[in-house]
Amino acid sequence: MRFYGGKAPVNKILMKGNEAFGEGAIRAGCRFFFGYPITPQSELPHYLAWRLPEVGGLYLQAESEIAAINMVYGAAAAGVRVMTSSSSPGISLMMEGISYIACAELPCVIVNIMRGGPGLGNIAPSQADYFQAVKGGGHGDYRLLVLAPASVQEVLDLVGLAFDLADKYRNPVMVVGDGILGQMMEAVELGPAPEVKLPPKPWATTGTAGRKTRNIINSLYIEPEELEKVNLRLQAKYRQMAEEEKRWEDYRMEDAELVLAAFGMVARIAKAVVDRLRAEGIPAGLVRPITLYPFPDGAFERAAGKARAFLTVEMNAGQMVEDVRLAVCGRRPVYFYGRTGGMLTTVAEVAARAREIWEGLK
Amino acid sequence: MLEEVLLAGFGGQGILSTGMLLAYAALAEGLHVAWIPSYGPEMRGGTANCGVTVSDAPISSPLVVEPTTLIAMNGPSLDRFEPAVKPGGLIIYNASLINRRPVRADVRALAVRANEIAEGIGNVQVAANVMLGAFLELTRVASLGKAGEALAKVLPPRRHHLIPANLRALEEGARIAREAGTKERMKAMNKVWGQNSEFRIQKPE
Repeated sequence: MRFYGGKAPVNKILMKGNEAFGEGAIRAGCRFFFGYPITPQSELPHYLAWRLPEVGGLYLQAESEIAAINMVYGAAAAGVRVMTSSSSPGISLMMEGISYIACAELPCVIVNIMRGGPGLGNIAPSQADYFQAVKGGGHGDYRLLVLAPASVQEVLDLVGLAFDLADKYRNPVMVVGDGILGQMMEAVELGPAPEVKLPPKPWATTGTAGRKTRNIINSLYIEPEELEKVNLRLQAKYRQMAEEEKRWEDYRMEDAELVLAAFGMVARIAKAVVDRLRAEGIPAGLVRPITLYPFPDGAFERAAGKARAFLTVEMNAGQMVEDVRLAVCGRRPVYFYGRTGGMLTTVAEVAARAREIWEGLK
Repeated sequence: MLEEVLLAGFGGQGILSTGMLLAYAALAEGLHVAWIPSYGPEMRGGTANCGVTVSDAPISSPLVVEPTTLIAMNGPSLDRFEPAVKPGGLIIYNASLINRRPVRADVRALAVRANEIAEGIGNVQVAANVMLGAFLELTRVASLGKAGEALAKVLPPRRHHLIPANLRALEEGARIAREAGTKERMKAMNKVWGQNSEFRIQKPE
């Protein structure tokens, strides 16, 4: 949506995915953004560059992604809602800072609009940063909460959730999309801006007003005994996240015997595949993880009861499929279909693979 | 109803904006829409294309792989995407820049001399909207009126003085499609229906 200098209108409007990330952040009370441009996510900082000043916020283009994530670290320590965004190679540069923020237990939101890799790769859509996002791309035993929207409307909704979860757990939250989600325009319902109530942050480094001592935010613990305590606390937090935050969508799963698994934009393609297979009499269904971490393994455990086989579809060489296999735990075969390098998976290709699997089960 | 439209041409021909105009017009008709640009490192003179999906049901896959309609603004676009068009689909091609007919016999095709028409209107930049006018006339995905209203959303305010030229472009395109339909009916009366795929255009409802 091009809001040429105007205010964001209400009702249904067309919006680019990248712009929805920006507007979603503003509606969630985010007032600080630090980043560095990179295709295919540059519309996001471009949008916030004019939109944040409108609401009294600050947009700053840093000199690099490394600088940007450390500015996020500082702003988060001061207790404000803050976001950065980048695309795959830029996110790799941020990994050291993300590990620091995770250890310092600070809330922030990081958006990764994934592009073809490895290396400098290309600017085409990809999902090849799944491992990096959910297994901890930086060093140390840390976890991010990872959300994967599949439509522009869901971008708006999940960015709000991301800020809430970040504050709830004092943990960085990553929202991942691919180049298509960032670039595509869809209709969204904005509605009136919600009233944002920011939770109190007594730990924030806001000076000593009202307190006897300074708050200190740190990720350096020289004594092993101390650092182990920090780790145990983090692990307890991650367990709580796993208990409370798993989210997914079931699509035509009631009697599904061939279960597709896909996240983000690929899940849209997989839905069309399910419809096509159903029309041919193949009882297919889809489980779409919305949180990639914590992974909704229960949905797959349950599906394994009726399912005869699983087919994971991704725009990578097979990453989430490992988590599906862990969840299914050998009870059913788990197949994989994917394209790499920025190539798109198409409905026809995936449907052909699914038919092949179904025939093999007979 | 599911229309998957692929608009393709040179960068600078207004492909992305015309696709956006279609998306806004269909949205105003209460339909579900998705618009996806090809976003390669492209610039004026390079290739540009975008896919617009319009449906009365929520759109599952927004990728336009097998378009129901191809709007080809130049020769390379027709060469590249003609084989992908769905059987029974529609090709609207810019005959100002494309000096061949589509070879597919299983699709409908309409030639529009979009550049000449746009130059006649006084601005070659509106050529893509001539094509859109023809498309809307043939498919009735959205009314010309809704497309006209959407111009103010797609064009930035500094370009609003071009709205009348764009309106004329839409109308001229629609007129050409109508006339092609009339020719087609005459041919049908001459019992050549089905033999000449070039003008197998049905009369719009």
